[in-house]
Amino acid sequence: MKNTIKQVFHSGKFLVGFYIFLFVLLLCIIYPLIVTYDPLEMVGSGNFYKPGTYISQQEAALDDGYIMNMDASEGKLALALGEDELAKIEEYLTKYAGITADQIDKSNLEAMVELWKSNYDPELKAKGLTSAKRKSYRRLDSELMDALNSSDVIIAKEDPESGELEEVKKIKGTNFVNTKDVVNKRTFVLGTDNFGRDVLTELVAATKVSLRIGLVAGLIATAIGLILGLVAGYVGGLVDNLIMFLTNLFTVIPSFIILILISYSVGTSARGVMMVAFIIGVTSWPWTTRSVRSQVISLRNRDHVNLSKLSGHSMARIIFTDILPYIASYVVMAMILQISSGILAEAQLSMIGLGPATTKVATLGLMMNWAMQYAAHLNGSWWAYFPVVIVIALISFSLNLMNTGLDQVFNPQLRD
Amino acid sequence: MEQNRNSVQNSTDRKPCLTGRGVTKVFGVGNKSMTAVDHVDFDFNEGEFVSIVGESGSGKTTLSKMLLGLISVTEGEIEFQGRKRDISTGAKRKEYWKNIQPIFQDPFSSYNIFYKIDAVLDDCLNMRGYRKAPKEEKDRMKEEACRFVNLKYSELTNKYPFELSGGQMQRLMIARIFLLKPKILMADEPTSMIDACSRATILDMLLKLRDEVNMTVIFITHDIGLAYYISDKVYIMEHGKFVESGPAETVILNPTADYTKRLISDVPKIYEKWDLDTVARDK
Repeated sequence: MKNTIKQVFHSGKFLVGFYIFLFVLLLCIIYPLIVTYDPLEMVGSGNFYKPGTYISQQEAALDDGYIMNMDASEGKLALALGEDELAKIEEYLTKYAGITADQIDKSNLEAMVELWKSNYDPELKAKGLTSAKRKSYRRLDSELMDALNSSDVIIAKEDPESGELEEVKKIKGTNFVNTKDVVNKRTFVLGTDNFGRDVLTELVAATKVSLRIGLVAGLIATAIGLILGLVAGYVGGLVDNLIMFLTNLFTVIPSFIILILISYSVGTSARGVMMVAFIIGVTSWPWTTRSVRSQVISLRNRDHVNLSKLSGHSMARIIFTDILPYIASYVVMAMILQISSGILAEAQLSMIGLGPATTKVATLGLMMNWAMQYAAHLNGSWWAYFPVVIVIALISFSLNLMNTGLDQVFNPQLRD
Repeated sequence: MEQNRNSVQNSTDRKPCLTGRGVTKVFGVGNKSMTAVDHVDFDFNEGEFVSIVGESGSGKTTLSKMLLGLISVTEGEIEFQGRKRDISTGAKRKEYWKNIQPIFQDPFSSYNIFYKIDAVLDDCLNMRGYRKAPKEEKDRMKEEACRFVNLKYSELTNKYPFELSGGQMQRLMIARIFLLKPKILMADEPTSMIDACSRATILDMLLKLRDEVNMTVIFITHDIGLAYYISDKVYIMEHGKFVESGPAETVILNPTADYTKRLISDVPKIYEKWDLDTVARDK
């Protein structure tokens, strides 16, 4: 036993899978200890905030701040002058201002702006210049002027008595605020989802729930499959035929369809997280049954089993002491795969809206479902679904890698 | 060996132990059925050393499994100690198995590798009703059994089967038989996986068991030479049938069936050129 474990932990594939899985598991355990927010708290009041740190605007504006000898306009210019704007400027200059292409240097923003300033004529009426285009050039011009405008911003407060505005503070272009001085801030490493919930915190909570679903589903499927496989394989005869009839029935009908039908028919009110795990468990056992049965059949006629029989041991004892230990490694491997497929099955079910019907917990599948329903993939909010996909892929990849590693340890023929 | 021969001579008055009439085993049904053992008759008497000789696939092991009661008999009757053998229920099977025990061909697969070898010996004591005996007595019996097969119990205890050599494992199997003292020992090619030196000791132990406990030893082998040296009675088996049977001396020195002659000529002899003509004739 000790040697086997030692051997398992020498297998590179197993180790890689194990470490990835351990990382996910530790993340699920440690992260909630550090970040104690409610994972399903709706912090934002809009859809899909970008990843980043959000600081209180009011606090930042009222903060005493620091003066920096830094020209703020350059950064603002870079922000205002994107690829599209530069292309627009170039188009105008070459078409209507008679400037040749080699005089334009797109990398030098300031020179571009100067060129624009000296050549742009809002009243120009040239051939081919439609009014829509003229208006868009005007918009571009005012945007540029805004970006270049370095005049101060005045913060004023309304006097409750007189109703007049009173100047409180002038903010210059060189005024800066240290984010540490702003008390009210929140970092969304992966932005927020459609309900305004922090995706990272939600993701960690969802991973935990999904892992639990996978574990329960895998345990149920393995237990049913193991018991039926052992009985069918060892007893044989009519019992074997009956069990195999049932197993083949479940194998022929795609289990996912049964899964959909069952989860639809139990109704929304009953479909909690554990119910879904249970449903997945009771529909995915046939594969384990078949493989355990075939292993048991090959073991049934071994000499040590015969000897045990002749020593007067009962059937239950022979199954538990003479057969189960021989297939234990195989069963562990099958269970790892069942856990992985349980997590995937939950994600699939939830994607089509038949997962846990609850808003109290998040699962990986539900997060995908929400992101899909609120069209995160269409409006470019990658942070709402891409990390979920990555986590699902990491979990099933690590579990499958562990399985392959174990397979190579237990079946030396497979080693390369 | 001389003493062994003598026991053949006065074996006529021995009580029948295991007899069979028309014992048949058919595997499968319909077109795919295969008759492994085809209407064989046999009389194994108490204290006899019987050899069943035949080549691979002749049905020796199937017959031995039927005699052990591990597989069902398709047709025919087996009588044990003069009465029809009844192994229809679990309790009756358990009772029958107190009387017949095996030694298998492959010692490496005869043990459950997940348990220490003490478990095997403890099982024997439990079976003989020593479950509640004090530990000292159990240890003494186990030690005695190990001494019988020239093993040291103190060196074996707390060891796993894979820590033993093939010869040690097979000798431990004999120690198991020594503890159980069944009426019949079914030895299914017990020496074929063992080197020649261990083979002699193991055969010697089987003979000793027969002499000490008056055990019936059914020795299954493909080696007719070996069968000649140790058995009282020989049954020659070909394609599921007994083609010849009788006292070892008669069968081997004056064979009547072609198959027996072929088996005898196939035995390589020292100082003689090996006659391989018989092998070609079969093709």
